[in-house]
Amino acid sequence: MAAPAVALKRIDKRFAAVHANRAVDLTVAAGTVHGIVGENGAGKSTLMSILYGFYQADSGAIEVDGKEVRIHGSRDAIALGIGMVHQHFMLVETFSALDNILLGAEPGWRLAAARTRVRGELETLMRETGLVVQLDSLVEELPVGERQRLEILKALYRGARILILDEPTAVLTPQETDALFVTLRQLRERGTTILLITHKLKEIVALCDAVTVMRAGAVVLDCKIGTTSVDALAEAMVGRRVQIGRGEAAVAAAVPGEELLAAHGLQWRDALGVTRLHDVSLSLRAGEIVGIAGVSGNGQSELLDVLSGMLAPDAGELVVGRARFAPHRWLDPAHARRLGIAHVPEDRHRRGLVLPFPAWESGVLGYHDLPRYGRRGWMDQATMQADTAAMMERYDVRPRDPRIRSSKFSGGNQQKLVLAREAQPEPKVLLVGQPTRGVDIGAIEFIHGRLRAMRDAGGAVLVVSSELDEILALADRVIVMGGGRVTGDLPIDACAEATLGRMMGGAAHEVAPEATPA
Amino acid sequence: MSQPLEMPRWLDLVVLPIFNLALALFVCGIVVLIVGQDPGQVLALLIKGAFGSRIGLSYTLYYATTFVFTGLAVAVAFHGGLFNIGGEGQAMLGGIGTALAALALADHLPGWIVLPAMVLAAALFGMAWAAVPAALQAYRGSHVVITTIMFNFIGSALLSYLLVNVLKEPGNMTVESRSFGPGAHVPGMHELLGVFGIEWPRSPLNLSVLLAAFSAVAVYLLIWRSRPGYTLRAVGHAPEAARYAGIRPARQVIFSMSLSGALAGLVGINEVAGVHGRLLLDYVVGAGFAGIAVSLIGRNHPVGIVLAALLFGALYQGGAELAFEIPGFSRDMVFTLQGLIVLFSGAMAQVAAPTLARVWLALRRRRLAAAEAAHG
Repeated sequence: MAAPAVALKRIDKRFAAVHANRAVDLTVAAGTVHGIVGENGAGKSTLMSILYGFYQADSGAIEVDGKEVRIHGSRDAIALGIGMVHQHFMLVETFSALDNILLGAEPGWRLAAARTRVRGELETLMRETGLVVQLDSLVEELPVGERQRLEILKALYRGARILILDEPTAVLTPQETDALFVTLRQLRERGTTILLITHKLKEIVALCDAVTVMRAGAVVLDCKIGTTSVDALAEAMVGRRVQIGRGEAAVAAAVPGEELLAAHGLQWRDALGVTRLHDVSLSLRAGEIVGIAGVSGNGQSELLDVLSGMLAPDAGELVVGRARFAPHRWLDPAHARRLGIAHVPEDRHRRGLVLPFPAWESGVLGYHDLPRYGRRGWMDQATMQADTAAMMERYDVRPRDPRIRSSKFSGGNQQKLVLAREAQPEPKVLLVGQPTRGVDIGAIEFIHGRLRAMRDAGGAVLVVSSELDEILALADRVIVMGGGRVTGDLPIDACAEATLGRMMGGAAHEVAPEATPA
Repeated sequence: MSQPLEMPRWLDLVVLPIFNLALALFVCGIVVLIVGQDPGQVLALLIKGAFGSRIGLSYTLYYATTFVFTGLAVAVAFHGGLFNIGGEGQAMLGGIGTALAALALADHLPGWIVLPAMVLAAALFGMAWAAVPAALQAYRGSHVVITTIMFNFIGSALLSYLLVNVLKEPGNMTVESRSFGPGAHVPGMHELLGVFGIEWPRSPLNLSVLLAAFSAVAVYLLIWRSRPGYTLRAVGHAPEAARYAGIRPARQVIFSMSLSGALAGLVGINEVAGVHGRLLLDYVVGAGFAGIAVSLIGRNHPVGIVLAALLFGALYQGGAELAFEIPGFSRDMVFTLQGLIVLFSGAMAQVAAPTLARVWLALRRRRLAAAEAAHG
């Protein structure tokens, strides 16, 4: 039997008080796809960073192709044939795809000659691997899926035989994910070894040959894919049984009550003159969860922004209770909150939290002007901290210390904090964007439970998610968006994945051609 | 991507700045050696000049007062996410405000009316000079870094124009206004301490030093304890999150820049009213720009800014002493030393951080190992 492509032996790594990796053993056979799963903070990223040379292990050994090696930096890793594709792409957006590959690997000082040569090599590589990228387009013009292919191509061009992919599907649409998997299978055929970090278990089962599950810095399960299942992996990851999906929660079918929010004929064009929202109407009733399904980039984000007051539309009307809003006097976020519309934004890093703030300062964001938080201009820090501590308690945010910086919490805990804050004033309408993006499986279960509880308490919840599974698990009614329009509005009983897929796809590609110069 | 190593706060806030300063002094020592002087002697003279006598200390504090104002000005804007390079111009305008208030009121009215009026005028003039670039950024999208630099030149031209064409006494050859009336007299520290029976030599150090200390405390309270400070920081750190929270970033830009300009304007009280007693041309002399360095070294925190301002004050005063005491050790040499300190403590403040953190980790690990060995 050939030596394994990568063997990590008893890798141990501590960061101050955190024991990130505890005697981790990992063996990856050559030419296989090996999944590494675990909740946020389980130590998978640390482990890969050690393999790629960002960190040095405190103890333990690394073997590549059976030979013990020392990796002091990414240069060493690349020299050994290890390539890494990060979750956040490392590309220069204003360079062409070709120049991005050249960058740092220019074979000479004459750029024109180098371009010609590299282009030839890349075309061969693209033919062999099926990784097609438009080499002359600027990166900023490429869709996300193509940027990712570019990253992979870049790694391969530098001679990567072992490819580490960190959460590759987090930013992809379902179609792009499928295309990525086709590519990865093709690469495996060619003998490339792939390490896939993810917390989407379905992907692991669909693609991998073997899987390693990590929890709290240690390996808890290591097996061939044929001998396991999604449920078994989930249990290993979290350490207990988890229930995601409708389950018995669906039994109590929602009985929608009065209309809490209604939008008519919303229309919005972006700065480039592209119509992003096209005559969108919807209504939210008390006691229902409405899911917005659609391939991301089809107007869902803009819809959330318009409904929450972040964005004023060009046309349309919004009715919230007795208040009516026309485009020239649209509601602003502060007014929306006063009307009982809470908003869990899609991008919690840029919007939901102020990352350098301690948790308690992020915990009052948007509500900092409430009378209970201080008299006149002063902040009542004690009350703010106590309230945040109470929220953290209720929503199980860990670590449970309101004085820790917002940026230090894991994605799931950040999301729970934002949700706790927005749910705190018991809003009539809760707008939620991507409730579980980048959130681990234990927290997903919790967040879904909270959203259902808010519905049961008589609130209206609007969920935008790029995960169809999530919509199907949560919603009582599904609105499908494509090309900035509502292409379907149907109760959950009438939803079959295929129907929704058709509705999503039906108008999905209308967005780009519709572009007209402003 | 490689994350900064975790290190305890004391290491970051105490050991690192001291280390940086030591490094800067070390390099200064080499430079001093190259020009043929004895580093030890130079350092001793510098410290003695700045802190060795009551008069030296007074001068150090007097310089520091101005740097506290301009340093705080930069810091307030910085917390609001803005880089105010216009401290120079705003300080000039503060001086003009001070002078106009003094010239208008000080001949007839008593100090207890004129002094507050001057402070108010200095703050308002500085504020106005910062508010224009702020409004241009908030509503028209022109960047404050560019506009505040331009406003420095406009401010300088305005000052010259006013002095030459409006405020200069007829027949006077020097470009300066007439002396302020008695009501505009800012009590010197020697007079103040004299009231309490403490004898103190005559120096430019005046009541403004207390205003500076008060401003530092006020800035701290405003930025970290008040709701306006909260919104200001929210906009500075995450404008999108602030908008999401219902804060209007455009207003915040104007607010933080105005406050910043007001602080810079207070330089006028220390220099124009406190020392010269008349308006002249070059009372700011780079203090506005030094404020950027002071704020940078002081990590934009009032406590740090006060310490950094003292350091700068000591360098100014000690440097002047040096140039005086050692023949061949010119002002330019002193500027070189200041430049090196800004370089190591400000611009490169974080360069040594990873190394220090690693040393600390290694030491701790050894201590832990020793402790374990002792147990086992």
